[in-house]
Amino acid sequence: MQGATASYVSIADLKSSHNALATPADIPATGGGCGTHGGEGKASCGSSGGPDDMPQEIWDKVKNHPCYSEEAHHHYARMHVAVAPACNIQCNYCNRKYDCSNESRPGVVSQKLTPEQAVKKVVAVASEIPQMTVLGVAGPGDSLANPKKTFDTFRMLQEQAPDIKLCLSTNGLALPDNVDEIAKYNVDHVTITINMVDPEIGAKIYPWIFWDHKRVTGVEAARILHEQQMKGLEMLTARGILTKINSVLIPGINDEHMIEVNREVKKRGAFLHNIMPLISEPEHGTYFGLNGQRGPTAQELKAVQDACMGGANLMRHCRQCRADAVGLLGEDRSKEFTLDKIEEMEVVYDLDRRRSYQDKVEAERQAQHAAKVEALAAQPEIAFDENIKVLVAVATKGGGRVNEHFGHVTEFQIFEVSSKEALFVGHRRVDQYCQGGFGDDEQLPSVVRAINDCHAVLVAKIGACPKDELKSAGIEPIDQYVDEFIEKAALSWFADYASRVVDGVIEHQPRGDASIRQGAFTAAA
Amino acid sequence: MSLTIVADVCTGCSACEPECPNDAISEKKNLFVIDPELCTECEGHYDTPQCVAVCPIDDCIIPLAA
Repeated sequence: MQGATASYVSIADLKSSHNALATPADIPATGGGCGTHGGEGKASCGSSGGPDDMPQEIWDKVKNHPCYSEEAHHHYARMHVAVAPACNIQCNYCNRKYDCSNESRPGVVSQKLTPEQAVKKVVAVASEIPQMTVLGVAGPGDSLANPKKTFDTFRMLQEQAPDIKLCLSTNGLALPDNVDEIAKYNVDHVTITINMVDPEIGAKIYPWIFWDHKRVTGVEAARILHEQQMKGLEMLTARGILTKINSVLIPGINDEHMIEVNREVKKRGAFLHNIMPLISEPEHGTYFGLNGQRGPTAQELKAVQDACMGGANLMRHCRQCRADAVGLLGEDRSKEFTLDKIEEMEVVYDLDRRRSYQDKVEAERQAQHAAKVEALAAQPEIAFDENIKVLVAVATKGGGRVNEHFGHVTEFQIFEVSSKEALFVGHRRVDQYCQGGFGDDEQLPSVVRAINDCHAVLVAKIGACPKDELKSAGIEPIDQYVDEFIEKAALSWFADYASRVVDGVIEHQPRGDASIRQGAFTAAA
Repeated sequence: MSLTIVADVCTGCSACEPECPNDAISEKKNLFVIDPELCTECEGHYDTPQCVAVCPIDDCIIPLAA
């Protein structure tokens, strides 16, 4: 990139130069996201949740953004409005013909909206769900291939609901041309999908781009896209706009290359790097799906994410949501807010009510955080080889506790546990095992496959049959830590596991791999 | 001479609409149509028809049968 080197600002520089600002009284004193207690090098999940990790002005931007703060995503909701159907590039993992109301993945929507309809919908949702703090334009095409629709939405929404944060996601091709406009509307979070920094690799991912009134193909197309992405990222960083880089991990194409992507985006000030698994099934009709390109396994994804730790902060809680998703990450309430239903709603946008609700959410969040810190401080030390790390799956419905029935889980949280710490490293979606009070034995093998790399699963309750199945698959079902904080429960279990290994009752053995659920359903309605 | 949009395969994404130098493309029932009176297949403006170049669906925009 020419002429832009002087504008590089790395987040590490920002952190070290602004730390003095970061001790206000009204925010938690330590980071809580992803099971870390703050501390350098442990922030595996974007903003790990505390101001001691970052300058105050950045903490203010991320603390209520569910995509940028792992901790916030348990408390605050976001919504996407599908005002941007057009796209200016073609990706081999995307099929523009696809639309299914039961699927959750990027690019999929049920209803495209005009900016006017979108604003109406946002105001209706924000009135109904006071913890909805973020509005994003994420497609189903590219937000900046539809600049008028995207910015009209932002402008009108700012007039009606000025407290809602705005963000957008883009492939980056048109980003440099739109940075001024992005800054003008106070958009403070931008996601750029960057899958490569080498055009030779890019040519395997992008068959063409529409550029300067022409369809450009091959390495040339990928080179232009790459240059625009890097330039756009630098320009956003120079203006203090936070960036998240999404990368789709495509085995055999960009998996070995991902560490280089991580290095290049970090160098240009990216705040967060989100490495996501390729979603690729033949029935999705994408080029990759139809040509047998597989997605990564759970362990392949984790290995790449682990290799990139220490670069830009990594996001581990992404749910790859739809371009019209509504609600907390991992849930989708968009069906409650179709245009017909919004027409019938009586909408009063009450800013005070939203604020007081959010104050309550914040108080609860801090209480949870303090309780967790206290619980972990009381944890006895475990005398065991600290190089031994195992994964545990956790059934939780929120609050950072082990509090969900095995059969009701649609998504396990995965923690990596050693004698030193329990670290959130991701989640696994599964088909709910228990439907209407009965276990569905057809589902069980798929649940086991999804957590097959785990040594144990921590649950509030579990039936006899799945318990036996898990045991025979070599996964310990553990139901003795009901309502405990997850990290405390995981460390307690690990202490027990370690003592059994030391006593020779069991032998420590590594686990196999697990599969990533493709194209998760939005909800078991 | 004019192009036409095959309604069966058009996704209504709107990518073509702003690219047309003749303002020949408009939205109709969530899909897009080309006004044959206005379409020049971009002759005199660009080397290739812009709508065809930007359309994500193969064979969605084709020459209008005379």
